[in-house]
Amino acid sequence: MAIKTVMVGLATCGISAGGEKVYEAFQKELQEGADFVLRETGCVGMCYREVLVSISNGAQESYLYGEVTPDRVKRIVAEHVQNDKPIDEWLVSGADREVGFFDKQVRIVLRNCGVIDPSSLQEYLQSGGYKAVERVIKEMTPEQVIKEVQISGLRGRGGGGFPTGKKWELTRASVSDKKYIICNADEGDPGAFMDRSVLEGDPHSVLEGMMIAGFAIGADEAYIYCRAEYPKAVARLRLAISQAKKQGLLGDNIFGSSFNFNIKVKEGAGAFVCGEETALIASIEGRRGMPRFRPPFPAQQGLWGKPTNINNVETFANIPWIILNGGAAYAAYGTDDSKGTKVFAMAGKVKRTGLVEVPMGMSINDIIFKICGGIVNDKKFKAVQMGGPSGGCIPASLGETLIDYQQINKTGAIMGSGGMVVMDETTCMVDVAKFFLAFTQAESCGKCTFCRIGTKRMLEILERITEGKGKEEDLVTLDKLGEQIKIASLCGLGQTAPNPVLSTLRYFRDEYEAHIRQKKCPAHVCSPLLTYTIDQEKCNGCMLCPRSCPTDAIIGEKKLPHKILQDLCIQCGKCFTVCNQDAVIKD
Amino acid sequence: METNEKEFKPFNVDIWKYDGHAGALIPLLQSAQDTYGYVSERAIDYISHVTGVPPAEIYGVVTFYAQFRTKPLGEKVIKVCNGTACHVNGVKEIANTLTDELGINYEETTEDGKFSMVSVACLGCCSLAPVVMVSNETFGRLTPQKTRKLVRDLKRK
Ligand SMILES: Cc1cc2nc3c(=O)[nH]c(=O)nc-3n(C[C@H](O)[C@H](O)[C@H](O)COP(=O)(O)O)c2cc1C
Repeated sequence: MAIKTVMVGLATCGISAGGEKVYEAFQKELQEGADFVLRETGCVGMCYREVLVSISNGAQESYLYGEVTPDRVKRIVAEHVQNDKPIDEWLVSGADREVGFFDKQVRIVLRNCGVIDPSSLQEYLQSGGYKAVERVIKEMTPEQVIKEVQISGLRGRGGGGFPTGKKWELTRASVSDKKYIICNADEGDPGAFMDRSVLEGDPHSVLEGMMIAGFAIGADEAYIYCRAEYPKAVARLRLAISQAKKQGLLGDNIFGSSFNFNIKVKEGAGAFVCGEETALIASIEGRRGMPRFRPPFPAQQGLWGKPTNINNVETFANIPWIILNGGAAYAAYGTDDSKGTKVFAMAGKVKRTGLVEVPMGMSINDIIFKICGGIVNDKKFKAVQMGGPSGGCIPASLGETLIDYQQINKTGAIMGSGGMVVMDETTCMVDVAKFFLAFTQAESCGKCTFCRIGTKRMLEILERITEGKGKEEDLVTLDKLGEQIKIASLCGLGQTAPNPVLSTLRYFRDEYEAHIRQKKCPAHVCSPLLTYTIDQEKCNGCMLCPRSCPTDAIIGEKKLPHKILQDLCIQCGKCFTVCNQDAVIKD
Repeated sequence: METNEKEFKPFNVDIWKYDGHAGALIPLLQSAQDTYGYVSERAIDYISHVTGVPPAEIYGVVTFYAQFRTKPLGEKVIKVCNGTACHVNGVKEIANTLTDELGINYEETTEDGKFSMVSVACLGCCSLAPVVMVSNETFGRLTPQKTRKLVRDLKRK
């Protein structure tokens, strides 16, 4: 019997579900004499079944366990690892389960995530790692590399969708004694975690992509600007860089050529606007991260005034595959306008949350229902938010929209970096718009008046509406102000900040109107518009809510059902949060 | 006096060497905050002294970035995720519960200095929403009841 390899998913999602304790439990089994190889790995994308553990013997057979807890480890080792008897009821795949989640996906960016141990350079090399950069250095000219990327049709995955090959060509054409590569790992969209998963699950592929870009444009120095909230990703990157240096894959005279390349990691300091390329450069230079006017573009004048090529993490992670398989193979996936695959971070009210990578051209409905299993508790699908604070909400009625830059733009949303937050009938669209606007308003750097003050005024109006103080003319003002902010802002932050409001106004105007005219929140979210009552059957008279009520609006005696006096109630919702019996009803 | 001595310890030598001169300001501030939990006036003076960047400019950088604090936090920092997924999954009720139990709002510290509550943009565990993080440990799929229990457990520790 071959020795088995046990891999525990230890990306941030795995760790937060308790992955480290599971890993320790396996370690203990090892110490007690069990015979197997223990490894850690990144995220396969099934965040909804964490902690995930895969067990394989050699290459052919692999079983995946979901929701593993430390106390399940003993039995898994005893039965499966030692005696070749997989425990059927705990498996998520290998026994034909949940194939739906994987069989419609195409894994290019995520090819190694959850498959190899990201802390092992060896495993990356064994899976074909650094072969692409070797080929590029030994067999290709920079022009040929750029040509191949152009053939692939790859567009920047950071949100803007600018053709990558074109950007490289422009940076190559800039004449200078020094050029830089920057990897944008700021991942600012607060509902997206694709880049984090790639950095944690396959850091070498990003480094390799950056090297190929460096070779193509003639740069020998690079920075990765990584979000401060991603300590694990930063640690994995630093480790990967030092491994590559030790092996001579980074440094001087790579593969015996005259090509030199070095990469440094810079940690961000918590500012969304620093994802914007000119602000990011200012931040690396040690200044306040304020965007500046373009042109000159970074391709002409970037870091320290030198030509700089900035790409997103996912963009770089595609590159080695494109070189090894050819641009045409990549372009074979997708639509006329949008080639290849795209990774999405699925969150919100969807059954299977996690990461999926799909070919461009798949419909939104297919992703939500076929891959992600539909809506939690089989509630009604209402909308999906794409593009984060710069994007918009696509209503369920447009669920057949294809994943394609042009098609999605038509709906008023954007492809964005890949966050998809799914919403059901219990999500209030006015509240969602307010959420995003509050985010961009706080993150506005303050340079442009319309972005700084206009977003503030829009937010005040939305706050009024959700408190039941909305006026009839508010919707017109929102529309107007939104359009003005879009045209009068310098960078993408302000130019797109009104989008979440404008797109919900377009598709869910009736919901805004219900807040303003009927003073009702149809989704029962905006608490000032709700009526709280107590279910007389469920209430056990525990006295928690009368004690917590700040206005003494709840009456009742111990062990007798309580009651809320509506004229005293200020809809603060405190009774709802203290009740242990689910007896407080919001309507 | 004691704190002054402590703060004078050059906390940043490694990073200084690592990054040469240009662009070292933010890593220096990060390392000051890592060491002391916040960026004190003393640290700003010190960094100004080594880099030659005027204190006013350093202060401008400190206040621009959300990561930097100019006041110390409580012993235990409860980071409440306010990302999109957590928002949609009702993190507001979790925050209300925390406020109720601890008597503090976002960006505040309890009088005894034990707890601080801060809001963060996204912890990246969207599939476990709503989520809070206490000293690098994540607590997911919270309900008001679970949150109350969590706070009481933390108080006892
Ligand atoms: C406000 C704002 C925030 C941004 N945030 C990010 C980000 O977090 N990650 C990213 O890769 N690009 C972000 N971008 C886009 C970058 O400016 C830039 O277009 C991108 O890094 C280029 O890489 P790509 O061509 O590979 O997409 C942001 C842009 C704006 C205007």
